[in-house]
Amino acid sequence: MPGITPSQTVGPFYAYGLTPNGKYAWNDAFTNNLLTPDVTGDKIRIEGVIYDGDGKVVPDAVLEIWQADAQGRFADPQDTRGLPNSSFKGFGRSGTTDAGEYSFDTIKPGAVPGHDGKPQAPHIVMAVFGRGMTMQSMTRIYFDDEAATASDAVMNLVPADRRATIIAKKTAPGVYRFDIHLQGDNETVFFDV
Amino acid sequence: MTLIYPVESNAAHAPRLSPGYKSTIKRAPQKQRILMPHTLSETTGPVYGHETVRPGDHDLTTMHAGEPLGERIIVHGTVMDEDGRGVPNTLVELWQANACGRYVHVWDQHPAPLDPNFTGAGRTVTDAAGNYKFVTIKPGAYPWGNHHNAWRPAHIHFSVFGHSFVSRLVTQMYFPNDPLFPFDPIFNSVTDEKARLRMVSDFDLDVTEPGWALAYRFNIVLRGRNATPTENH
Repeated sequence: MPGITPSQTVGPFYAYGLTPNGKYAWNDAFTNNLLTPDVTGDKIRIEGVIYDGDGKVVPDAVLEIWQADAQGRFADPQDTRGLPNSSFKGFGRSGTTDAGEYSFDTIKPGAVPGHDGKPQAPHIVMAVFGRGMTMQSMTRIYFDDEAATASDAVMNLVPADRRATIIAKKTAPGVYRFDIHLQGDNETVFFDV
Repeated sequence: MTLIYPVESNAAHAPRLSPGYKSTIKRAPQKQRILMPHTLSETTGPVYGHETVRPGDHDLTTMHAGEPLGERIIVHGTVMDEDGRGVPNTLVELWQANACGRYVHVWDQHPAPLDPNFTGAGRTVTDAAGNYKFVTIKPGAYPWGNHHNAWRPAHIHFSVFGHSFVSRLVTQMYFPNDPLFPFDPIFNSVTDEKARLRMVSDFDLDVTEPGWALAYRFNIVLRGRNATPTENH
Protein backbone atom coordinates (compact mmCIF):
# COMPACT_ATOMS: atom_id res chain seq x y z
CA MET A 1 0.00 0.00 0.00
CA PRO A 2 1.62 3.24 -1.09
CA GLY A 3 -0.13 5.58 1.39
CA ILE A 4 -2.11 8.57 0.21
CA THR A 5 -0.66 11.82 -1.04
CA PRO A 6 -1.10 14.46 1.67
CA SER A 7 -3.23 17.51 1.06
CA GLN A 8 -1.80 21.01 0.94
CA THR A 9 -3.61 24.32 1.14
CA VAL A 10 -5.13 25.81 -2.02
CA GLY A 11 -3.30 28.98 -1.00
CA PRO A 12 -4.45 32.51 -1.78
CA PHE A 13 -3.88 32.45 -5.54
CA TYR A 14 -6.12 29.61 -6.72
CA ALA A 15 -8.66 31.79 -8.51
CA TYR A 16 -7.11 31.93 -11.97
CA GLY A 17 -6.85 28.15 -11.98
CA LEU A 18 -10.01 27.04 -10.19
CA THR A 19 -12.50 29.91 -10.45
CA PRO A 20 -11.32 32.24 -13.26
CA ASN A 21 -14.89 33.44 -13.90
CA GLY A 22 -13.92 35.65 -16.82
CA LYS A 23 -11.21 37.50 -14.90
CA TYR A 24 -8.27 35.49 -16.20
CA ALA A 25 -7.18 33.94 -19.50
CA TRP A 26 -8.57 30.55 -18.55
CA ASN A 27 -11.97 28.89 -18.79
CA ASP A 28 -14.10 27.54 -15.97
CA ALA A 29 -14.54 23.78 -15.81
CA PHE A 30 -17.29 24.32 -13.23
CA THR A 31 -19.17 27.22 -11.82
CA ASN A 32 -21.50 27.94 -8.95
CA ASN A 33 -24.49 27.42 -11.23
CA LEU A 34 -25.41 23.73 -11.31
CA LEU A 35 -28.65 24.26 -13.22
CA THR A 36 -29.01 22.69 -16.63
CA PRO A 37 -31.79 23.48 -19.08
CA ASP A 38 -33.26 20.00 -18.70
CA VAL A 39 -33.11 19.63 -14.93
CA THR A 40 -36.30 19.09 -13.00
CA GLY A 41 -37.06 20.00 -9.42
CA ASP A 42 -37.25 23.09 -7.24
CA LYS A 43 -34.66 25.66 -8.22
CA ILE A 44 -32.93 27.11 -5.19
CA ARG A 45 -30.11 29.45 -4.33
CA ILE A 46 -27.84 28.80 -1.38
CA GLU A 47 -25.86 31.79 -0.21
CA GLY A 48 -23.75 32.73 2.75
CA VAL A 49 -20.57 34.19 4.14
CA ILE A 50 -17.56 32.38 5.54
CA TYR A 51 -15.91 33.69 8.72
CA ASP A 52 -12.60 32.98 10.46
CA GLY A 53 -11.90 32.75 14.20
CA ASP A 54 -11.82 36.53 14.59
CA GLY A 55 -15.18 36.88 12.88
CA LYS A 56 -13.47 38.32 9.83
CA VAL A 57 -14.75 37.28 6.42
CA VAL A 58 -12.65 34.86 4.39
CA PRO A 59 -12.13 36.22 0.87
CA ASP A 60 -9.96 33.34 -0.31
CA ALA A 61 -11.96 30.18 0.34
CA VAL A 62 -13.17 27.70 -2.26
CA LEU A 63 -16.41 25.85 -1.63
CA GLU A 64 -17.43 22.74 -3.52
CA ILE A 65 -20.76 20.98 -3.31
CA TRP A 66 -21.95 17.54 -4.40
CA GLN A 67 -25.56 16.47 -4.41
CA ALA A 68 -28.22 14.21 -5.83
CA ASP A 69 -30.86 15.41 -8.25
CA ALA A 70 -34.44 16.11 -7.20
CA GLN A 71 -35.24 12.40 -7.43
CA GLY A 72 -32.34 11.51 -5.14
CA ARG A 73 -30.04 10.12 -7.85
CA PHE A 74 -26.34 10.89 -8.19
CA ALA A 75 -24.79 11.54 -11.62
CA ASP A 76 -22.22 8.82 -10.97
CA PRO A 77 -22.46 5.23 -12.28
CA GLN A 78 -21.40 4.08 -8.82
CA ASP A 79 -24.93 4.97 -7.79
CA THR A 80 -26.35 1.77 -9.25
CA ARG A 81 -29.97 2.59 -8.48
CA GLY A 82 -30.38 4.42 -11.78
CA LEU A 83 -28.77 7.43 -13.29
CA PRO A 84 -30.40 10.86 -13.53
CA ASN A 85 -32.37 11.46 -16.69
CA SER A 86 -31.04 14.98 -17.17
CA SER A 87 -27.62 16.50 -17.73
CA PHE A 88 -27.55 17.74 -14.13
CA LYS A 89 -24.16 16.80 -12.72
CA GLY A 90 -24.62 17.74 -9.09
CA PHE A 91 -21.24 19.38 -8.63
CA GLY A 92 -20.47 23.05 -8.15
CA ARG A 93 -17.58 25.25 -7.14
CA SER A 94 -17.59 28.79 -5.80
CA GLY A 95 -14.83 31.09 -4.71
CA THR A 96 -15.60 33.81 -2.19
CA THR A 97 -15.84 37.53 -2.80
CA ASP A 98 -13.87 40.22 -0.98
CA ALA A 99 -16.79 40.21 1.46
CA GLY A 100 -16.45 36.45 2.03
CA GLU A 101 -19.65 35.70 0.13
CA TYR A 102 -20.44 32.64 -1.92
CA SER A 103 -23.54 31.31 -3.61
CA PHE A 104 -24.80 28.31 -5.55
CA ASP A 105 -27.74 28.04 -7.91
CA THR A 106 -29.00 24.48 -7.93
CA ILE A 107 -32.05 22.34 -7.27
CA LYS A 108 -33.29 20.99 -3.99
CA PRO A 109 -31.91 17.47 -3.77
CA GLY A 110 -34.16 14.50 -3.17
CA ALA A 111 -33.62 11.95 -0.43
CA VAL A 112 -30.84 9.39 -0.82
CA PRO A 113 -30.37 6.26 1.25
CA GLY A 114 -28.20 6.33 4.32
CA HIS A 115 -25.77 3.81 5.72
CA ASP A 116 -28.66 1.67 6.94
CA GLY A 117 -30.62 1.92 3.69
CA LYS A 118 -33.20 4.25 5.20
CA PRO A 119 -33.73 7.57 3.44
CA GLN A 120 -31.65 10.48 4.64
CA ALA A 121 -33.06 13.96 4.87
CA PRO A 122 -32.32 15.99 1.73
CA HIS A 123 -28.83 17.40 2.04
CA ILE A 124 -25.84 18.62 0.07
CA VAL A 125 -22.29 17.74 1.01
CA MET A 126 -19.79 20.59 0.99
CA ALA A 127 -16.00 20.74 1.02
CA VAL A 128 -14.44 23.94 2.36
CA PHE A 129 -10.96 24.78 1.08
CA GLY A 130 -9.00 27.93 1.74
CA ARG A 131 -5.77 29.70 2.45
CA GLY A 132 -4.81 28.73 5.98
CA MET A 133 -6.57 25.37 5.64
CA THR A 134 -4.19 22.44 5.21
CA MET A 135 -6.98 20.36 3.73
CA GLN A 136 -10.68 20.62 3.02
CA SER A 137 -13.17 20.49 5.86
CA MET A 138 -16.33 18.57 5.07
CA THR A 139 -19.80 19.62 6.11
CA ARG A 140 -23.40 19.03 5.09
CA ILE A 141 -26.13 21.49 4.19
CA TYR A 142 -29.56 20.49 5.47
CA PHE A 143 -32.74 22.52 5.00
CA ASP A 144 -34.94 24.09 7.67
CA ASP A 145 -38.11 23.44 5.70
CA GLU A 146 -37.59 19.69 5.40
CA ALA A 147 -39.42 17.75 8.11
CA ALA A 148 -36.95 14.86 7.78
CA THR A 149 -33.99 17.01 8.89
CA ALA A 150 -34.73 16.56 12.61
CA SER A 151 -34.81 12.77 12.40
CA ASP A 152 -31.88 12.33 9.99
CA ALA A 153 -29.41 9.69 11.18
CA VAL A 154 -26.29 11.75 10.49
CA MET A 155 -27.86 14.86 11.99
CA ASN A 156 -28.54 12.88 15.13
CA LEU A 157 -24.83 12.12 15.52
CA VAL A 158 -24.34 15.87 16.05
CA PRO A 159 -24.73 17.34 19.56
CA ALA A 160 -28.15 18.99 19.69
CA ASP A 161 -26.76 22.43 20.45
CA ARG A 162 -24.65 22.41 17.29
CA ARG A 163 -27.19 21.14 14.75
CA ALA A 164 -28.39 24.57 13.71
CA THR A 165 -24.96 25.31 12.22
CA ILE A 166 -25.60 22.90 9.34
CA ILE A 167 -29.22 23.75 8.62
CA ALA A 168 -29.75 26.28 5.82
CA LYS A 169 -32.44 28.80 6.66
CA LYS A 170 -35.00 29.85 4.12
CA THR A 171 -34.86 33.62 3.78
CA ALA A 172 -37.05 34.11 0.69
CA PRO A 173 -38.87 31.84 -1.74
CA GLY A 174 -36.19 29.50 -3.13
CA VAL A 175 -33.36 31.19 -1.22
CA TYR A 176 -31.47 29.63 1.69
CA ARG A 177 -28.83 31.13 3.94
CA PHE A 178 -25.89 28.97 5.02
CA ASP A 179 -23.05 30.83 6.74
CA ILE A 180 -19.84 29.02 7.60
CA HIS A 181 -17.90 29.71 10.79
CA LEU A 182 -14.47 28.09 10.85
CA GLN A 183 -14.10 28.68 14.60
CA GLY A 184 -15.91 30.15 17.58
CA ASP A 185 -19.12 29.47 19.49
CA ASN A 186 -21.01 28.95 16.26
CA GLU A 187 -18.32 26.86 14.58
CA THR A 188 -19.91 24.96 11.72
CA VAL A 189 -20.13 21.22 12.28
CA PHE A 190 -17.49 19.44 10.23
CA PHE A 191 -17.51 15.70 9.69
CA ASP A 192 -14.71 13.19 9.94
CA VAL A 193 -15.25 11.36 6.68
CA MET B 1 -15.47 -3.89 -7.12
CA THR B 2 -16.62 -1.68 -4.28
CA LEU B 3 -14.23 0.85 -2.86
CA ILE B 4 -14.13 1.81 0.79
CA TYR B 5 -12.51 4.90 2.28
CA PRO B 6 -11.14 4.20 5.75
CA VAL B 7 -10.73 7.47 7.67
CA GLU B 8 -7.43 6.17 9.06
CA SER B 9 -5.85 7.02 5.71
CA ASN B 10 -6.36 10.70 6.53
CA ALA B 11 -3.55 10.40 9.09
CA ALA B 12 -1.17 11.22 6.23
CA HIS B 13 -2.53 14.76 6.08
CA ALA B 14 -1.22 17.73 8.00
CA PRO B 15 -2.99 18.70 11.21
CA ARG B 16 -5.53 21.38 10.42
CA LEU B 17 -3.88 23.55 13.05
CA SER B 18 -0.23 23.88 12.04
CA PRO B 19 0.88 27.01 13.94
CA GLY B 20 4.10 27.41 11.93
CA TYR B 21 1.77 28.17 9.03
CA LYS B 22 0.25 31.18 10.75
CA SER B 23 -2.95 31.45 8.73
CA THR B 24 -4.12 28.13 10.16
CA ILE B 25 -4.42 29.66 13.64
CA LYS B 26 -7.66 31.50 12.89
CA ARG B 27 -8.91 29.16 10.19
CA ALA B 28 -8.46 25.62 11.47
CA PRO B 29 -11.77 24.34 12.87
CA GLN B 30 -11.30 23.62 16.59
CA LYS B 31 -14.28 21.59 17.70
CA GLN B 32 -14.39 17.81 17.51
CA ARG B 33 -15.23 16.58 14.03
CA ILE B 34 -18.23 14.26 13.93
CA LEU B 35 -17.38 10.73 12.87
CA MET B 36 -20.12 9.33 10.65
CA PRO B 37 -20.66 6.28 8.46
CA HIS B 38 -20.20 6.90 4.76
CA THR B 39 -23.35 7.04 2.67
CA LEU B 40 -23.85 7.37 -1.08
CA SER B 41 -23.29 11.11 -0.63
CA GLU B 42 -19.69 10.40 0.38
CA THR B 43 -18.88 7.34 -1.77
CA THR B 44 -20.06 8.82 -5.05
CA GLY B 45 -18.50 11.82 -6.70
CA PRO B 46 -18.56 14.10 -9.70
CA VAL B 47 -17.67 12.52 -13.02
CA TYR B 48 -15.81 14.85 -15.36
CA GLY B 49 -14.11 13.20 -18.29
CA HIS B 50 -12.79 14.18 -21.67
CA GLU B 51 -15.68 16.55 -22.38
CA THR B 52 -14.28 18.84 -19.68
CA VAL B 53 -10.93 19.49 -21.33
CA ARG B 54 -10.03 20.98 -24.67
CA PRO B 55 -7.13 19.91 -26.86
CA GLY B 56 -4.01 21.63 -25.56
CA ASP B 57 -5.31 22.32 -22.05
CA HIS B 58 -2.49 20.13 -20.73
CA ASP B 59 0.23 22.27 -22.37
CA LEU B 60 0.78 25.54 -20.50
CA THR B 61 3.51 26.59 -22.94
CA THR B 62 1.27 26.93 -26.00
CA MET B 63 -1.65 28.98 -24.70
CA HIS B 64 -0.47 32.40 -25.83
CA ALA B 65 1.05 34.08 -28.88
CA GLY B 66 4.61 33.21 -27.90
CA GLU B 67 6.43 30.74 -25.74
CA PRO B 68 6.77 31.53 -22.04
CA LEU B 69 10.18 32.21 -20.57
CA GLY B 70 11.76 29.71 -18.27
CA GLU B 71 12.74 26.08 -18.15
CA ARG B 72 10.28 23.92 -20.13
CA ILE B 73 9.39 20.74 -18.24
CA ILE B 74 7.17 17.70 -18.54
CA VAL B 75 5.22 16.78 -15.42
CA HIS B 76 3.59 13.39 -15.58
CA GLY B 77 2.55 10.50 -13.38
CA THR B 78 -0.18 8.12 -12.38
CA VAL B 79 -3.22 8.86 -10.28
CA MET B 80 -3.90 5.73 -8.26
CA ASP B 81 -5.94 4.47 -5.35
CA GLU B 82 -4.57 3.08 -2.10
CA ASP B 83 -4.26 -0.39 -3.64
CA GLY B 84 -2.08 1.02 -6.42
CA ARG B 85 -4.75 0.72 -9.12
CA GLY B 86 -4.76 3.54 -11.64
CA VAL B 87 -7.73 5.89 -11.46
CA PRO B 88 -8.92 6.24 -15.06
CA ASN B 89 -10.68 9.21 -16.69
CA THR B 90 -10.38 11.51 -13.72
CA LEU B 91 -9.89 15.24 -13.93
CA VAL B 92 -6.54 16.72 -12.90
CA GLU B 93 -6.28 20.51 -12.57
CA LEU B 94 -3.04 22.41 -12.10
CA TRP B 95 -2.00 25.98 -11.36
CA GLN B 96 1.35 27.55 -10.61
CA ALA B 97 3.58 30.62 -10.57
CA ASN B 98 5.68 31.52 -13.60
CA ALA B 99 9.45 31.00 -13.91
CA CYS B 100 10.06 34.14 -11.86
CA GLY B 101 7.84 33.03 -9.01
CA ARG B 102 4.99 35.37 -9.90
CA TYR B 103 1.33 34.36 -10.07
CA VAL B 104 -1.05 36.10 -12.45
CA HIS B 105 -3.49 36.41 -9.54
CA VAL B 106 -4.36 40.09 -8.99
CA TRP B 107 -3.41 39.86 -5.32
CA ASP B 108 0.15 38.73 -5.99
CA GLN B 109 2.33 41.81 -5.50
CA HIS B 110 5.70 40.04 -5.57
CA PRO B 111 7.94 42.43 -7.58
CA ALA B 112 8.88 39.88 -10.20
CA PRO B 113 7.77 40.15 -13.82
CA LEU B 114 4.61 38.67 -15.20
CA ASP B 115 5.03 36.72 -18.43
CA PRO B 116 2.49 37.69 -21.10
CA ASN B 117 2.91 34.23 -22.56
CA PHE B 118 2.13 32.33 -19.38
CA THR B 119 -1.08 32.10 -17.38
CA GLY B 120 -0.13 29.08 -15.31
CA ALA B 121 -3.35 27.05 -15.35
CA GLY B 122 -4.02 23.74 -17.05
CA ARG B 123 -6.12 20.63 -16.84
CA THR B 124 -6.23 17.13 -18.23
CA VAL B 125 -7.95 13.80 -17.76
CA THR B 126 -6.13 10.59 -16.84
CA ASP B 127 -6.05 7.81 -19.42
CA ALA B 128 -7.45 4.32 -18.93
CA ALA B 129 -4.45 3.40 -16.74
CA GLY B 130 -4.62 6.56 -14.62
CA ASN B 131 -1.71 8.32 -16.34
CA TYR B 132 -1.58 12.07 -16.94
CA LYS B 133 0.91 14.44 -18.53
CA PHE B 134 1.43 18.21 -18.56
CA VAL B 135 3.93 20.41 -20.35
CA THR B 136 4.76 23.56 -18.44
CA ILE B 137 7.52 25.85 -17.13
CA LYS B 138 9.40 25.17 -13.95
CA PRO B 139 7.94 27.64 -11.43
CA GLY B 140 10.17 29.87 -9.38
CA ALA B 141 10.35 30.18 -5.61
CA TYR B 142 8.61 33.24 -4.20
CA PRO B 143 8.55 35.18 -0.94
CA TRP B 144 5.55 35.35 1.36
CA GLY B 145 4.74 37.09 4.59
CA ASN B 146 4.46 34.20 7.03
CA HIS B 147 7.71 35.02 8.85
CA HIS B 148 10.98 36.86 8.29
CA ASN B 149 12.59 35.89 4.97
CA ALA B 150 9.91 33.31 4.21
CA TRP B 151 10.11 31.75 0.74
CA ARG B 152 7.95 29.02 -0.71
CA PRO B 153 9.84 26.20 -2.39
CA ALA B 154 8.99 25.94 -6.08
CA HIS B 155 5.72 24.02 -6.34
CA ILE B 156 2.79 23.25 -8.61
CA HIS B 157 -0.74 23.13 -7.19
CA PHE B 158 -2.72 20.03 -8.13
CA SER B 159 -6.46 19.38 -7.79
CA VAL B 160 -7.64 15.81 -8.38
CA PHE B 161 -11.08 14.23 -8.16
CA GLY B 162 -10.85 10.43 -7.99
CA HIS B 163 -13.67 7.97 -7.41
CA SER B 164 -15.67 9.79 -4.73
CA PHE B 165 -16.23 13.10 -3.03
CA VAL B 166 -14.08 11.93 -0.11
CA SER B 167 -11.17 11.02 -2.41
CA ARG B 168 -11.00 14.63 -3.58
CA LEU B 169 -7.48 16.00 -3.12
CA VAL B 170 -5.86 19.41 -3.46
CA THR B 171 -2.12 19.30 -2.95
CA GLN B 172 1.19 20.78 -4.06
CA MET B 173 3.94 19.05 -6.02
CA TYR B 174 7.52 19.93 -5.16
CA PHE B 175 10.82 19.42 -6.96
CA PRO B 176 13.55 17.12 -5.67
CA ASN B 177 16.27 18.44 -3.36
CA ASP B 178 14.86 21.92 -2.94
CA PRO B 179 17.02 23.78 -0.39
CA LEU B 180 13.94 25.58 0.95
CA PHE B 181 12.29 22.41 2.27
CA PRO B 182 13.57 22.70 5.85
CA PHE B 183 12.25 26.26 6.14
CA ASP B 184 8.77 25.95 4.64
CA PRO B 185 5.94 25.58 7.19
CA ILE B 186 3.43 24.53 4.53
CA PHE B 187 5.57 21.64 3.28
CA ASN B 188 6.39 20.73 6.87
CA SER B 189 2.78 20.97 8.03
CA VAL B 190 2.73 17.32 6.94
CA THR B 191 4.50 15.91 9.96
CA ASP B 192 5.00 12.34 8.76
CA GLU B 193 8.23 12.33 6.77
CA LYS B 194 7.28 9.49 4.44
CA ALA B 195 3.99 11.16 3.65
CA ARG B 196 5.71 14.52 3.17
CA LEU B 197 8.14 13.05 0.66
CA ARG B 198 5.21 11.73 -1.39
CA MET B 199 4.65 15.36 -2.39
CA VAL B 200 8.12 15.56 -3.96
CA SER B 201 8.37 14.60 -7.63
CA ASP B 202 11.20 12.48 -9.03
CA PHE B 203 13.42 13.56 -11.87
CA ASP B 204 12.63 11.19 -14.76
CA LEU B 205 15.35 10.76 -17.37
CA ASP B 206 13.35 8.14 -19.26
CA VAL B 207 10.56 10.58 -20.08
CA THR B 208 12.91 13.55 -20.52
CA GLU B 209 12.83 14.48 -24.20
CA PRO B 210 16.28 14.94 -25.74
CA GLY B 211 16.97 18.50 -26.75
CA TRP B 212 13.58 19.68 -25.50
CA ALA B 213 12.47 19.27 -21.87
CA LEU B 214 13.35 17.64 -18.56
CA ALA B 215 10.68 15.41 -17.06
CA TYR B 216 9.44 14.97 -13.50
CA ARG B 217 7.25 12.10 -12.32
CA PHE B 218 4.60 12.85 -9.70
CA ASN B 219 2.36 9.95 -8.74
CA ILE B 220 -0.76 10.87 -6.79
CA VAL B 221 -2.35 8.41 -4.40
CA LEU B 222 -6.00 9.04 -3.54
CA ARG B 223 -8.16 7.46 -0.87
CA GLY B 224 -10.00 4.26 -1.82
CA ARG B 225 -9.37 0.57 -1.21
CA ASN B 226 -11.03 -2.55 -2.44
CA ALA B 227 -13.66 -3.54 0.10
CA THR B 228 -12.87 -7.23 -0.44
CA PRO B 229 -9.14 -7.54 -0.97
CA THR B 230 -7.83 -10.68 -2.60
CA GLU B 231 -5.47 -12.86 -0.60
CA ASN B 232 -1.95 -11.58 -0.03
CA HIS B 233 0.57 -12.38 -2.67
